[in-house]
Amino acid sequence: MTEGVDHSKRRMLIAATTAAGGVAAAGAAVPFVLSLMPSERAKAAGAPVEVDISAIQPGSMISIEWQGKPVWIVRRTPEMLEMLGKHNDALVDPGSTMPQQPEYCNNATRSIKPEVLVVLGVCTHLGCSPTFRPEVSPVDLGANWAGGWFCPCHGSRFDLAARVFKGVPAPTNLIIPPHKYLSETRLLVGDDSQNPSSVPDRKLSENYQLNGDASKGAAV
Amino acid sequence: MNLMNKLIGWIDARFPLVSTWKAHASEYYAPKNFNFWYFFGSLALLVLVIQIVSGIFLTMNYKPDALFAFASVEYIMRDVQWGWALRYIHSTGASMFFVVIYLHMFRGMMYGSYRQPRELLWIIGMIIYLALMAEAFMGYLLPWGQMSFWGAQVIVNLFSSVPFIGHDLAILIRGDFVVSDVTLNRFFALHVVAIPLVLVLIIVAHLVALHEVGSNNPDGVEIKKHKDVNGIPLDGIPFHPYYTVKDGVGAVVFLMIFCAIVFFAPEMGGYFIEDNNFVPANPMKTPEHIAPVWYFTPYYAILRAVPPLFGSQFPGVVAMGVATVAFFFLPWLDRGKVKSIRYRGTIYKAFLASFVVSFVGLGYLGLMPATETYTLISRILAIVYFAFFILMPWYTAIDKCKPEPDRVTSK
Repeated sequence: MTEGVDHSKRRMLIAATTAAGGVAAAGAAVPFVLSLMPSERAKAAGAPVEVDISAIQPGSMISIEWQGKPVWIVRRTPEMLEMLGKHNDALVDPGSTMPQQPEYCNNATRSIKPEVLVVLGVCTHLGCSPTFRPEVSPVDLGANWAGGWFCPCHGSRFDLAARVFKGVPAPTNLIIPPHKYLSETRLLVGDDSQNPSSVPDRKLSENYQLNGDASKGAAV
Repeated sequence: MNLMNKLIGWIDARFPLVSTWKAHASEYYAPKNFNFWYFFGSLALLVLVIQIVSGIFLTMNYKPDALFAFASVEYIMRDVQWGWALRYIHSTGASMFFVVIYLHMFRGMMYGSYRQPRELLWIIGMIIYLALMAEAFMGYLLPWGQMSFWGAQVIVNLFSSVPFIGHDLAILIRGDFVVSDVTLNRFFALHVVAIPLVLVLIIVAHLVALHEVGSNNPDGVEIKKHKDVNGIPLDGIPFHPYYTVKDGVGAVVFLMIFCAIVFFAPEMGGYFIEDNNFVPANPMKTPEHIAPVWYFTPYYAILRAVPPLFGSQFPGVVAMGVATVAFFFLPWLDRGKVKSIRYRGTIYKAFLASFVVSFVGLGYLGLMPATETYTLISRILAIVYFAFFILMPWYTAIDKCKPEPDRVTSK
């Protein structure tokens, strides 16, 4: 043993200890961070939902719950469909160029069947659920309003194909979720695969929710 | 000597009791010219204590579960003896915390209290402000009413607009794909354990930093420049008893106002507790009109005022973030020759006044629905707000200041 202190050795040991401790701390942080991510139960709540759409009257809308979010299904009248093409200049993305819909809904009505629109009722701005305002030219929304959705949170406006108008906070059209028809009147939201065996056995009554209460949140 | 002195002597040999008391109270010399604006620091401490105590008692009956949360709050309100008082004390305390903190911050701005050598004191204070906002936001989710739910939905979605990582970041915060029971549970943990712990720690750091550099005063001059033979500032008086007594009067007046709100107007016409929060959370239906609680509305109005750019609302979120963080830079933006507004020129006073108008105006607009006229006014006021900070290095430098006095003045 010598009297002097080997500073370079000491620095090396401090660096090595710090590095090893740092790696251990990062490793120990992993379980804590991952515990914050959705649990298996939360992930399982995202299963597809089957809906009977035969009872929806022309011009009206129902709201169902899929992945804890509202999905709207609207049966549009011929007049409503006719008006869709008349305000393209006022829209941000009239031709649906942004990938906010599956390929099979990338058309003028943003739907599989022209009259039936299936859309995720979550504003692309900050996630509020816009209000359905099908009436034409109401006092509060102005003379040019031809029916659509108005977001109460920040005033975003969408037409009856869920396309966003210019000059509002929402940047993009509303999202069309994957969906497919199981029959003329039965719709499956959340799954568009061609394999019929992927149909889940969840019943309509479990998910149908016009005025749901908090207890039916995604966690249940 | 008597028994009491013996006991203190016994403790003092083992713990720095007397020296701590002297350093922070009986021999901490504060400027003798404090005015009305100097009540709000001690009042903030008082509200902190009120919040901690009322909060502890609320958790004894509250259930952080989406199925039971709303009902448990109603249980506290109706069935727990004096539960309504505990709840209204806590909700009033939340709003009064921000009243006091905003006035405390404004005091710092008027008298240049953020200037050298108090930059770090100011920054620690700003961190407290941010922690307080997080604390209030998470607390507001707990009653699980409609405003709780949709407010959280909007604020968490702010994070999802961050490019590339936003979507996963929002999921990490929520712990789910939507605001749900999972979110409620973790916000409860953060609201009652994590953030209060952090708050108390940084408030202690704020006080330690304050007592290291010494208090500023309405004249913005350093009392440490003139000391007597014992090294005590000539214009300083011991915090205790002089300012403990003064602050005691402030606390009594404040508690009178506080109690009047708790007993006569706990909802404050929908500003302290919004009407929609008496409706249970419904993830399927957004209320007709949603707005955050009043203390967040200035920033919320800025968020709404910024139109989306490049197909993203991220710029609005950034503007809102910058609006809150801008205060951090005040010590370096301000180039005035004097600290206090008493000796500043007209230009600075005009800018500070317009800043106050923009802050209050944005606060009002943030509560209102987003009509075209209101959005236009919000945009103008947002520009005024940012101009106060961005132009500060320029207008404080050219402003004609009056000469500062050598010693503090008293009227």
